[in-house]
Amino acid sequence: MKRGPAVLTGVHFINGDVACAEGALAAGCRFFAGYPITPATEIAERMAERLPEVGGTFLQMEDEIASISAVLGASWAGVKAMTATSGPGFSLMMENLGFGYMTETPCVIVNVQRGGPSTGLPTLVGQGDMMQARWGSHGDYETIALAPSSAQEMFDLTIVAFNLSEKYRLPVLIMSDAVVGHITERVIIPPEAEIPIVNRKRFAGPRGAYLPYLPEDDLVPPMVAAGEGYRVYITGLTHDERGYPSTSPDVQERLVRRLVEKVRRNAHDIIRLEERGVEDAEVVLVAYGISARVAYRAMELARAAGRRVGWLRLITVWPFPEERLRELAARVRAFIVPELNLGQIVREVERCAAGRALTIPVLRPGGAVHDPREILAAIEEAFHV
Amino acid sequence: MSEERHPLDHLLRADRLPHIWCPGCGIGIAMRCLVLALEELRIPRDHTVVVSGIGCSARVAGYVRLDGFHTTHGRAIPFATGLKLANPDLTVIVFSGDGDLAAIGGNHLIHAARRNVDLTVICVNNFIYGMTGGQFGPTTPLAARSTTTPYGNFEPPFNLPAVVAASGAVYVARWTVFHVRRLITALREAITKKGFSFVEVLSPCPTGYLRRNQLGDALDMMRFFKTQSEIRHGAPPAEVGIELGRKLILGKFVDVERPTYHERMRRQLAAFFTEPYVEKASEEVEAKEVES
Repeated sequence: MKRGPAVLTGVHFINGDVACAEGALAAGCRFFAGYPITPATEIAERMAERLPEVGGTFLQMEDEIASISAVLGASWAGVKAMTATSGPGFSLMMENLGFGYMTETPCVIVNVQRGGPSTGLPTLVGQGDMMQARWGSHGDYETIALAPSSAQEMFDLTIVAFNLSEKYRLPVLIMSDAVVGHITERVIIPPEAEIPIVNRKRFAGPRGAYLPYLPEDDLVPPMVAAGEGYRVYITGLTHDERGYPSTSPDVQERLVRRLVEKVRRNAHDIIRLEERGVEDAEVVLVAYGISARVAYRAMELARAAGRRVGWLRLITVWPFPEERLRELAARVRAFIVPELNLGQIVREVERCAAGRALTIPVLRPGGAVHDPREILAAIEEAFHV
Repeated sequence: MSEERHPLDHLLRADRLPHIWCPGCGIGIAMRCLVLALEELRIPRDHTVVVSGIGCSARVAGYVRLDGFHTTHGRAIPFATGLKLANPDLTVIVFSGDGDLAAIGGNHLIHAARRNVDLTVICVNNFIYGMTGGQFGPTTPLAARSTTTPYGNFEPPFNLPAVVAASGAVYVARWTVFHVRRLITALREAITKKGFSFVEVLSPCPTGYLRRNQLGDALDMMRFFKTQSEIRHGAPPAEVGIELGRKLILGKFVDVERPTYHERMRRQLAAFFTEPYVEKASEEVEAKEVES
């Protein structure tokens, strides 16, 4: 057997997990470390098969903590790296995820969410880790989290995730779910030349002149890799521009503000939304992941009944698209938020609505997706308040 | 006027001194031994990386003038594994403490040894958690006092050489910070050894351990290392456990050949792929032939 192509251009009938692995390879990922966990295991299996074909490294670690640690290490070797997991493993990764934000290490973490808490429903869908994605690691930070709704998007958004991660130097989260991970549908993989690839900014100046944490105008410092002769010191401690530890409140202020600001200030570049029928809508459904597909059906049913209902799908969940939600809150009657948890993203919507529009949650603690009629009932309620 | 410079400044970050270690601490000696070993080895320094976890010993990653990664508590080995396997040209050294490597990081320690990842792990064992103020750890001797064993420790400690040897390490040695020449030699051997090598370095913690156990000061501990040690190369690792009232067994306990993770991976994959695995595998065979 010869080396296989990294980009399997063509039309495929594959599940979301497999599509995610293919997206990673197309994005240039050449290192994967993971630990088996339902419903994300197929990502590791696909990577185990495919990475050797493209000269990459697949590693099955002893646990999820080791997996994310190896991914961070590989990234500092200059290689694009990814891990994939589900709720329990995601919880184990939280501390080292923080190390990734603090040291500004590009990498991608996929969470194919299942019902929780704890072992919960290993084989069934959930969306209960959305707030953990935002706040799960200790301390202040901002993250980027994307929520795919289809197998195609598992491919597409994995590429976007790598690109954002390289551009802004931080771990990027793909917050998928058991249905999207396991759904088998048509996935179109474009020709390699049509896939935009972003690589981390590299410092190429003289060795003595490199300050690992001196940011450029976009607040992102250029990166080097271990072994390139720059002799960097990288620590999870609060550090100055040289990367040296500091206990100064001023250094803490400068560093942590920048880590947060580099995401907030670039939110316009990071945030991706999909909207249908929002222009004339009196009520807007706000959803993400598999719930957005169910909500779409509810919108169709409501429209057929003459209701002016719009649909807004969060492709980027974090940073939260506050600006758009605030704009809409000024002119719609209500937001309806269906999600497979007992109230997470709905709080963000409510915060943006700030009392100007009604926010109606339609919640299930995972295990099954909504019936579109549940959402339809909430739409009717919105029109009768 | 000429500037006075320490002969090891090119391997140390002088701009980070003074270091954080207490008077009498042995970690500085262990670091100096590492630096001297590297100096003698003359391996490409730009390709030499030091990875550490959390704790007093873990600060070494930030004092050596090499690529240094001060990672999270217990996770130096998996981080180093990712670094090494993503770029096999790097020489990757893990330098950390007993609590970091054997308690919170214990699972990674045994699995890296099992895989025989080409890493050198230097474990400073001072019998205590120093950074947090003297709590007992996985190496604290029975009956020893610590802030969390106020009535004496009743948890049996790990015999680290036995743990890593049983897990598959190809090089296992134990020295103290008193035995600097032997330690430097061991570090040199461990760094050049292909596969998972492990050097335990016994070291005094006057602040967190000696003081609380009425064991005197750092000098007393050095005297203890000098007079109460027995060098037994090749001693079965299972017999070198540290017990109060018994001599410390030092030496090189394990030095065997076993294919590394990377070698096995390439060999296995060469059966399925023409390149890059076959090409590199044949290069490796050639290189071995030249050596012999």
